[in-house]
Amino acid sequence: MPVTNVTKDLDARTIVITAQFPAPVERVWALYADPRQLERVWGPPTYPATFVDHSLRVGSRSTYYMTGPEGDKHAGWWQITAVDEPHSFSFDDGFADADLQPNPDLPVSHNVYTFEDRDGGTLATFTSSYDTAEALQQVLEMGIEEGATLAINQIDAFLAS
Amino acid sequence: MTASSEDRADAFFHALADRTRRDILRRVLAGEHSVSALAAKYDMSFAAVQKHVAILERAGLLTKRRQGREQLASGDVEAVRTVASMLSELEEVWRGRIDRIDALLNETEEH
Repeated sequence: MPVTNVTKDLDARTIVITAQFPAPVERVWALYADPRQLERVWGPPTYPATFVDHSLRVGSRSTYYMTGPEGDKHAGWWQITAVDEPHSFSFDDGFADADLQPNPDLPVSHNVYTFEDRDGGTLATFTSSYDTAEALQQVLEMGIEEGATLAINQIDAFLAS
Repeated sequence: MTASSEDRADAFFHALADRTRRDILRRVLAGEHSVSALAAKYDMSFAAVQKHVAILERAGLLTKRRQGREQLASGDVEAVRTVASMLSELEEVWRGRIDRIDALLNETEEH
């Protein structure tokens, strides 16, 4: 079980997740470099991902879609903006149309993933930022997750207010 | 809680206690939909869908506006959702993802 720490910056609409994996940095990098492995971890079991194009090279665009329980498809793209193999890569993540073309009207998140050697294992840091609160909300509501979580969090927020 | 906030809670939980209404809410949160477009998505009468929309509206989860003959519905959860709760939701996505990464790494190690 990886040790996981979560930091949220509300003002910057940023979430930083750290996790310790019992595998070398090169192995974790290989998971992200290989679309067949990446798609096994990217989407939840209810929305499995399929990467159509994927390469960890600066300027490269990845395309993927997630398939929902009713066969509904939700497409997205990554634009790789920086690569320092095997220690870090950065990318923008956005939504795409059914033909996998980026949809410029939908929000884009900015992501930096880093992998550091820690006692032979890997300390991974995943940082994701959203430009606006609306963008963050839209991302969460675009079918990434099942409605139950959405409903439960609304109830939590309601009770907290 | 005051009596009125108890009423609000009743309306809120009642609205979310139905699968169709949760599904309608998901759709209108992603973007404005006409009630007739929503009705076409379900195997039930227009009137039945309209009733679900009205229940969501009373709970403050959805707002309606009129455009010509169409009634347009959109999700309105600004009042109950905050950036904090949204980041918590994202955290859940990540926790699941990290569990899957860990499982995949363990699997390949054993082989």
